[in-house]
Amino acid sequence: MKRVSNVVDEPSVTGDRFADALRVDGNAAAGILSELFVPDLTSARAKCAGCGTTRTIGALLVYAHGMGTVVRCPGCDRVVLRVARTPTHVWLDATGATSIVISRNSN
Amino acid sequence: MDVRLTAEDGYQAERSYSIASAPEESRLSLTVEQLKDGEVSPYLSEELRSGDKLELRGPIGGYFVWDVSLGGPLLLVAGGSGIVPLMAMLRHRDAVLGAADVERHRLPARLLYSSRGWDEVIYRDELARLAERDTALEVRHTLTRDQPQGWNGFRRRIDRMMLEEVAWPPSEQPQVFVCGPTPLVEAVAQALVELGHQPARIKTERFGPTGGSV
Repeated sequence: MKRVSNVVDEPSVTGDRFADALRVDGNAAAGILSELFVPDLTSARAKCAGCGTTRTIGALLVYAHGMGTVVRCPGCDRVVLRVARTPTHVWLDATGATSIVISRNSN
Repeated sequence: MDVRLTAEDGYQAERSYSIASAPEESRLSLTVEQLKDGEVSPYLSEELRSGDKLELRGPIGGYFVWDVSLGGPLLLVAGGSGIVPLMAMLRHRDAVLGAADVERHRLPARLLYSSRGWDEVIYRDELARLAERDTALEVRHTLTRDQPQGWNGFRRRIDRMMLEEVAWPPSEQPQVFVCGPTPLVEAVAQALVELGHQPARIKTERFGPTGGSV
């Protein structure tokens, strides 16, 4: 039987006290992602390379700090996107996303 | 919106703020909560003068967004400065829906808003005015630290029982937006799911531990 990825957008909750302090939602990454992508990426859907679940990027968990931004899957905690800024470049590691789908109608 | 300040020595600080104004308004409005030990918020709330220039980027982030075309009923849950993006939604709803009760009742809205005390309630008077003239808008406050004399409302942190009382039953399938400090947002989202609300209809914006941009 072929395994179908589930599309999930549920709000995520974890019990990790330390992570509590740093965790925000996908829309917190909108700014830095706008330096790489023209359309708003928080409305796009990403398939996690870890668990195969597809979620809207706005529903992923963001851990942002001075060095950069890490976007994690709320289901399996795997890093989906990693963005870092240097004085001259913006780095994107999207290996945690098998695919990213953006609606052509979004502006 | 992202706001960037550059000091004379070139030092830059950048913060994100939710847009407080409705799209129908002619000017963009941001509401900034001043944090005592903040780096940026004291400057924005005390030093900034009319005519000063800021670098802005946006609007960005289409995920935590609602407009009347998405329908309702609309359930908004806010903690502290988490009210800001929800206020934009209420202002938009007010601007777009006609004055007729019938139209407003087609898209009813309820706000459950947690603040430490009555003096700390952001948009307090505006919320009262909106609710007064709109029978399809219900605003419920909970004051967690101090309450004024004769206070009849809730006086504790938002919990499952409070949500059960205030929220629509899951069968109504409300669009839900929860915004505020991370612990509040997560507790509310979890409680709503436990009450039977569809996870896909609950959108969250966690502001982080303190609940506000520093």
